[in-house]
Amino acid sequence: MTAPPFIQVNRLSQSFDGETRVLQNINLSVPAGAFVTLVGPSGAGKSTLLRLIAGLLTPTSGQVLVAGQPPHLAGDPIGIVFQQHNLMPWRTVYDNVRLPLELKGLSRAESEARVLELLALVGLHGFAQNYPAQLSGGMAQRVALARALAHQPALLLLDEPFGALDALTRERMGQELLRIWHARVWHAHPITVFMVTHSIPEAVFLADEVIVMSELPGRIINHVPVALPRPRTVEMQAAPEFQAYVTRVRASIEARLHL
Amino acid sequence: MFAPLRSQPVWVIIPVSLLLFLLGWHFFVSLGGYDRFILPGPLDVVRQFNLVIQDGRLLRHTWITVSEILPGLFIGLLVATPLGYLLAKSPLAERLISPYLIASQAIPVIAIAPLLTIWVQSVYWSRVLVAVLVVFFPILVNVVAGMRAVPSELYDLMRALRATSWQVFRKLELPSALPIVLAGLRVGATLSVIGALVGEFVQPKSQGLGFLLVTARYQFKTDLVFVVLITLAIIALTLYGAVILLEKRLLRWQSKS
Repeated sequence: MTAPPFIQVNRLSQSFDGETRVLQNINLSVPAGAFVTLVGPSGAGKSTLLRLIAGLLTPTSGQVLVAGQPPHLAGDPIGIVFQQHNLMPWRTVYDNVRLPLELKGLSRAESEARVLELLALVGLHGFAQNYPAQLSGGMAQRVALARALAHQPALLLLDEPFGALDALTRERMGQELLRIWHARVWHAHPITVFMVTHSIPEAVFLADEVIVMSELPGRIINHVPVALPRPRTVEMQAAPEFQAYVTRVRASIEARLHL
Repeated sequence: MFAPLRSQPVWVIIPVSLLLFLLGWHFFVSLGGYDRFILPGPLDVVRQFNLVIQDGRLLRHTWITVSEILPGLFIGLLVATPLGYLLAKSPLAERLISPYLIASQAIPVIAIAPLLTIWVQSVYWSRVLVAVLVVFFPILVNVVAGMRAVPSELYDLMRALRATSWQVFRKLELPSALPIVLAGLRVGATLSVIGALVGEFVQPKSQGLGFLLVTARYQFKTDLVFVVLITLAIIALTLYGAVILLEKRLLRWQSKS
């Protein structure tokens, strides 16, 4: 018996201006609570696919379902993190994290515990009253992550969230993300993560399944399930199994490039 | 000894520069031997200031002019802001309306003002209307610019969070556009003084600083002309300062970066 997929994409194609075909015949299903990463060359339409799942775009043809409904109709709003932190510069760190709760109509008092818990989770409880301009890139991105989780979304969409960070910060953010994802699972609030990334090792390290796309138009060319044990540790990246996965993903991208 | 001028605080710099200016003015007039009705010295102007304050004329005319400036600025803001919002949100409205708006700006307000006095019978309201016209455009342009500068990624974020249009306006567009709108208000505030004065020139009916200026000029009371000009400058500076204070209050986050 298999649970119904949480994200279901059927024969999805997307073109812009009626001409440029960005995505072609995408089929995808992601079970609830899974961590899925999407890799591929730039121009493969990865961000477009993410925006379609977020309900920010309407499919040209085909179908996107989140929890069985078109995403823009899904009752529960999603959590989303972009490559840029996209914090509101006029709001403090605290008020930025509070935004999703505010939009749901929760009062300051009602949301306080939750906001503080999230700031602690991303290690920024000391910065609640700072403004985004006073934060480093890594800190700002952690605030963005806390904001994306504030309203307890069942779906977390990450569009190259660590792309603008240096390698060290990036690695630490990846581990923090896993830690948060695990914590949510244990709290009986399974959270499904769909993440676009440029980094193949990062994609393998984080994911239950890596989806590989090719460009022009964007198609899915490979699904690589990652059977590495959880919780994952940095040391695992040196293991031959890990390297084998990275090589497999890289090979399927390169095979396309050299056709 | 004295620290270099550059490192002095503003409250030292401004009085010093003012004093130097007045001294320069005084010696220019006294050494040049100019007639008082050609170029009065600072002392003549101070004497005249004293006179018109004592007989209550300055205050009366200033009050009249200020009571035209403030509604002019306020109504201008009230009309320009929603219209600017509409233009920024609706490409159709922009294409329909903006050619007329731009054309209207090609005609100097001093040329339209006489028409307004024909259409608007009330002396007071015709003057306010001229102020509105002058204030309107810079505020409108900045509202449009402010709205255009709202980052599209933040719109995406708000949509992903299923925000209502009211929430998008209240929590994103308003705070995001505010700095640029306030910059427009700053320009509008100083222009509103010019607007009210132009209105008074066209309708110089026995009241207002514009009336005082025109009569002073006809009577060759050049020192009184100076008094009026300085008063106008003070009004403009006060309005400008008020907007700056408003900015400091509303945009506290900007000083923290």
